[in-house]
Amino acid sequence: MEIKKGIAVSPGIAIAKSLIIDSEDYRIPRRSIMPSQWMMEVQRTRNAFKNAISELTQLESVQDATEGGKIKDIFAVHLRFLHDRSLRKKITDLVHSELVTAEYAVSTTMRKIASEFAKVEDAYMSERAADIYDIERRLLRQLLGSRREDVEHLTEEVAVVTRELSPTQTAGFNKKFVKGIASDAGGRTSHAAIVARSLGIPAVVALEDLTETISGGDTVIIDGNRGIVIVNPDRETINQYKEYSLEFAKLEHRLDAIREKPAITRDGVKITLLGNIEFPDEAEMVLQKGGEGIGLYRTEFLYLNRPSEPTEDDHYQAYAETVDVFKHRPVIIRTVDLGADKYTQRKRFAPEPNPFLGLRSIRFCLQNLMMFKTQLHAILRASVLGEVKIMFPLITNLQELMQAKMILRDVMEDLDEDSIAYNKNIRIGIMIETPSAALTASTLARDIDFFSIGTNDLTQYTLAVDRGNELVSTLYSEADPAVLRLIRTVIQDAHKAQIDLHVCGEMASDPEYIMLLLGMGVKTISLTPPMLPEIKQIIRSVTMEDCNKVVRKILAMNSERQIASFLRDATRKILPEAF
Amino acid sequence: MEKVVCETKVDIKNADGLHMRPAMQFVDVANRFECDITVSNDENSVDGKSIMQMSMLAATYGTKLKIRAEGADAQQAVNALRKLVEEEHFDEPTPSEQKKR
Repeated sequence: MEIKKGIAVSPGIAIAKSLIIDSEDYRIPRRSIMPSQWMMEVQRTRNAFKNAISELTQLESVQDATEGGKIKDIFAVHLRFLHDRSLRKKITDLVHSELVTAEYAVSTTMRKIASEFAKVEDAYMSERAADIYDIERRLLRQLLGSRREDVEHLTEEVAVVTRELSPTQTAGFNKKFVKGIASDAGGRTSHAAIVARSLGIPAVVALEDLTETISGGDTVIIDGNRGIVIVNPDRETINQYKEYSLEFAKLEHRLDAIREKPAITRDGVKITLLGNIEFPDEAEMVLQKGGEGIGLYRTEFLYLNRPSEPTEDDHYQAYAETVDVFKHRPVIIRTVDLGADKYTQRKRFAPEPNPFLGLRSIRFCLQNLMMFKTQLHAILRASVLGEVKIMFPLITNLQELMQAKMILRDVMEDLDEDSIAYNKNIRIGIMIETPSAALTASTLARDIDFFSIGTNDLTQYTLAVDRGNELVSTLYSEADPAVLRLIRTVIQDAHKAQIDLHVCGEMASDPEYIMLLLGMGVKTISLTPPMLPEIKQIIRSVTMEDCNKVVRKILAMNSERQIASFLRDATRKILPEAF
Repeated sequence: MEKVVCETKVDIKNADGLHMRPAMQFVDVANRFECDITVSNDENSVDGKSIMQMSMLAATYGTKLKIRAEGADAQQAVNALRKLVEEEHFDEPTPSEQKKR
């Protein structure tokens, strides 16, 4: 039994067999195999070589010999390596003698060779290490490719253990069977955390070397309440956890009972609670948990779980399915927020050096008009089915907003020409998630119908902290006075301009921030569906006067630590079970 | 079958040395023959038919290599390899040719 401590990012308890997913960009952890398995691993190695050879032969054959045939030569060299019996033997010998997986044997062997090259003092020669890494990646892709498939075709319940979860990997999950997530890297707002919360499964991140201490198939307990992962627990621990998990489920049931009750403060102020979703099938969950609509539909997942770009009809079907669940309650569709850690980097020939400051989100859309127009076309078409609103992400200045609106008008004209019906008065909003947008909110407010504050990106850009980097993630906090000041400005500017204001980041799902948000004047929040009952419970337990008092106190505080601990205490008083 | 052993010493004459592409040419020629081929520098002795081992010799310009072939067609193999390394220098420029460009 081994107990590892990390950060709890999604509540709940999972007890399941572990499934380890490797990411091809990271070092493959050493993983042992049973003596009886070595033949199989050797066979996997041989198959990987065989498939890599046919893949490469195909690639080489279509390269022409122009430009001195340089690329063709490179492929030819790589092919010689793959055909090299002594290389293959080195790897299979390692599998046999050390009883390790094919992945580990490939990775260690290739890296050892590469480091030999890197040692050579001749620059021309030492650069050849890159060729070896390339061959390594090709082999690993063969080996891991089938593994990735496994995640899509699960037949039993598993807990996913990974170095770091990529959005593409999670998009492929069979959600019915994934009971929990644990990762080496990541923070509260990393992708694994967001996905786990939206699926309502427990997750613990920042476990550092979990993937190296666990073997696939080991039983694992993921305690998403206390941030603990237990590898190979003994019987007693399992029983303890089974009991604990029952109690936790009871609390959830009690909260579910308030589902039908309205989200009203004790002094009668109505707060609108919406849900954040990524897949159409989550819309049902929002309804079940008492949500009154969709405040954030993250459409990029249409791009992440399929090999080719979604067609206009793929878009339309997904939106229609979602709108159908809510009929005439709001569904806010955010246009694709690709780039940064998602999708586009994978497709780039050379990844951007600083993707979070690069071609992402609305910037990416404005440079890929065909793709952008396809989505807008589908959203407009779906707008007659219910109360659909459009939201543009990552706006940093007025010009971007104007451009986006102009393109929307173009698409409307196209629809007019084809006599396709759409809502001509569709509401348009923007995400406020950059300091520049927050600071110019009063200007931006003139041209749109609503703001939605995306607190995750707003926090990371304001504080210059990468939220996924565990080395600095402790600096990331929405309770920072700088972040709170920006949020307050945006709320005030929205009120002055008399436009709607929502908050849809992680902050809105966190019980500790609810009184603060209400006190600052927020009337609509959009959050991850599983948290809806708990947040409603808080709203129903407070008065606006309580909330205003919290804001007054906090405005006089100068440190993040002071604010965070004050908020925690204030929340604990009204909802002790949440802690 | 008679057992022939042949040996020769060659100098790496092309400026960039025995990097990936020359290593590929070397093993391609070596693999045309039946005999076993061993190539050695001062420190290591490797299989002349394995691109991994050949490229790991990291033989730069001016390195002296010993080629040893063992088998029926050993003589032909050694001749062909010497021609590739010393006469054709892998169809690549020598340092003096490189300067002229």
